[in-house]
Amino acid sequence: MTEAAVAIAPDSGRIAARFAALKAEGRGGLVTYVTAGDPNYETGLEILLGLPDAGADIVEIGMPFTDPMADGPAIQAAGLRALHNGQTMKKTLAMATEFRAKHPETPLVLMGYYNPIYSYGVDRFLQDAIAAGIDGLIVVDLPPEEDVELCIPALQAGVNFIRLATPTTDDKRLPKVLQNTSGFVYYVSILGITGTKEIQADPVRGAVARIRRHTDLPIVVGFGIRSPEQAREISRAADAAVIGSAIIEKVKANLDDQGAPLPGCTQAVLDYVAALAQGVRR
Amino acid sequence: MQQLNSYRTGPDESGRFGLYGGRFVAETLMPLILQVQQAYEDAKADPSFQAEIDYYAKHYVGRPSPLYFAKRMTEHLGGAKIYFKRDELNHTGSHKINNVMGQILLARRMGKTRIIAETGAGQHGVATATACALFDMPCKVYMGSVDVARQSPNVFRMKLLGAEVEAVESGSKTLKDALNEAMRDWVANVEDTFYIIGTVAGPHPYPAMVRDFQSVIGNETKEQMMEAEGRLPDTLVACIGGGSNAMGLFHPFLDDKSVKIIGVEAAGKGIETGEHAASLTGGRPGVLHGNRMYLIQDEDGQVVEPYSISAGLDYPGIGPEHSWLKDTGRVTYASATDMDAVEAFQFCCKMEGIIPALEPSHALAHVMRIAPDLPKDHIIVMNLCGRGDKDVTTIANLLGVKL
Repeated sequence: MTEAAVAIAPDSGRIAARFAALKAEGRGGLVTYVTAGDPNYETGLEILLGLPDAGADIVEIGMPFTDPMADGPAIQAAGLRALHNGQTMKKTLAMATEFRAKHPETPLVLMGYYNPIYSYGVDRFLQDAIAAGIDGLIVVDLPPEEDVELCIPALQAGVNFIRLATPTTDDKRLPKVLQNTSGFVYYVSILGITGTKEIQADPVRGAVARIRRHTDLPIVVGFGIRSPEQAREISRAADAAVIGSAIIEKVKANLDDQGAPLPGCTQAVLDYVAALAQGVRR
Repeated sequence: MQQLNSYRTGPDESGRFGLYGGRFVAETLMPLILQVQQAYEDAKADPSFQAEIDYYAKHYVGRPSPLYFAKRMTEHLGGAKIYFKRDELNHTGSHKINNVMGQILLARRMGKTRIIAETGAGQHGVATATACALFDMPCKVYMGSVDVARQSPNVFRMKLLGAEVEAVESGSKTLKDALNEAMRDWVANVEDTFYIIGTVAGPHPYPAMVRDFQSVIGNETKEQMMEAEGRLPDTLVACIGGGSNAMGLFHPFLDDKSVKIIGVEAAGKGIETGEHAASLTGGRPGVLHGNRMYLIQDEDGQVVEPYSISAGLDYPGIGPEHSWLKDTGRVTYASATDMDAVEAFQFCCKMEGIIPALEPSHALAHVMRIAPDLPKDHIIVMNLCGRGDKDVTTIANLLGVKL
């Protein structure tokens, strides 16, 4: 199904402002991913609210799903922990609302899979996401071929639709992928699922250069970044580095046998994010 | 009911059957999905591809499978004339091999060198492992660890055939998780790997492609029925998990308006208990595994683990074409519980000397329900899509018999 490009891309607002600020500072950004409601609502919210002060430039909130096909074991388990503890789409949007109240400037992006959104109802979801102060959406299982489902309605409602580009997205396909993309482009650096392979900087530089030939949008790179050094290297190879699984693993390392957070869980996670943030600022 | 000139033209270019189907996959897979689609279009236009499938169907799989008049059962039930399409007599013991042969020949055309598959009961896994042995291709089969435990003979069978069986520990550790894991493997190995999906679900073109490969069942039935009775059957019955054996039997008959078509879902312990695998009766439209279909899910769009005594029907979704056929009303969908199926299983053993798999035992349970009230000149064809050797232990446990 080929759809014409939406005439007016949404005003990227907070996202554009943040990338402009990063450019002015002369550094790459840090994008952090956490699963909403992991390990439970209270601790998950504490972590989420602490991310900007720990140094996250852009925050992604994962909407948990029972069957996250593109994610590795760490994010799968985080989603199941959250669902087990009663996380719902409503609660995820409530967390976003709280985040927005506390952090008026930090871009906030919802990331996940289509079914929970489809089940919630696309129109109602967009309305509630806008009310919660969401700047963009990343929906893994909606390629350009399915743009009529959510991408077009989101763009028309003024919510950025951030697309994934991958090593398999060749030059012929890139324009199709970028056509209705707004906010930024998320380059998936490896063939595979989240958190399972180590990133290599050289191929990333090549890929970023290739994408830049097709778009002026900022490019963030994720999948396989774990250390502050990698965060620094990749954030400079592109416009920002995304770290997800490694943060989720920090959450998990601070849970007891029953999956309840140990004392200091939130701090341990935020300390790790702070270390990553220092990496990109060095 | 929506009136259409033909029910056989779908899917459209974007892989839709009405609302259902589509290509809901990660970008990493999308270029590959388009390649598979192109390769399949090319293969369909190449007579040598069909000739190759026909060759293996005849000489390796053992097709055509008989259309058998179940005389004793017919007399005992006292109503409609009951025929079985004997796809349990195929090599490897089920209809699954029809599709696997088609896909592996396509994989070879595409130059792919490694095969992956998911399996629930193990029938599709065994069929895939078999074809991989035949064509000397490495094969990895993903199977939920719960299913590995309850279908151990099939696990061993796959290993004997040289396949690697990966017990999936993620999620609920059954068929849907095996599919997730196979997709994850595919994402990481797009260059050399072909994913042989076992049912009429997944991203376009899989639902249509698997249906086409399985349609040999319905095409043969049509021909054999003309030979046996000189006319079309009145009713078709088949069990539905993902829906591939049913789609294979039904599709060639969809435009024959006189033919009533019934799919039978697994009602597990009863739809009302919530422990069932009846996606069409107990689910609503949702998106999973690359397509929109009826899906068993909670109110927040989270997939609910289905239940059935039959591991082959234990899937929370149903192929998109079935979903569409339900909405259009062309096919009627009924259900049978575990207990109905077990009763039908035993009845078939004693009445016809055929040990059916638990999956078609669900279809048989429905045949037993409707046949007595139908006139004697009413002809029913049921797809006996698998043999029951793999289920003997389950039945023994249920009957309290120690083997």
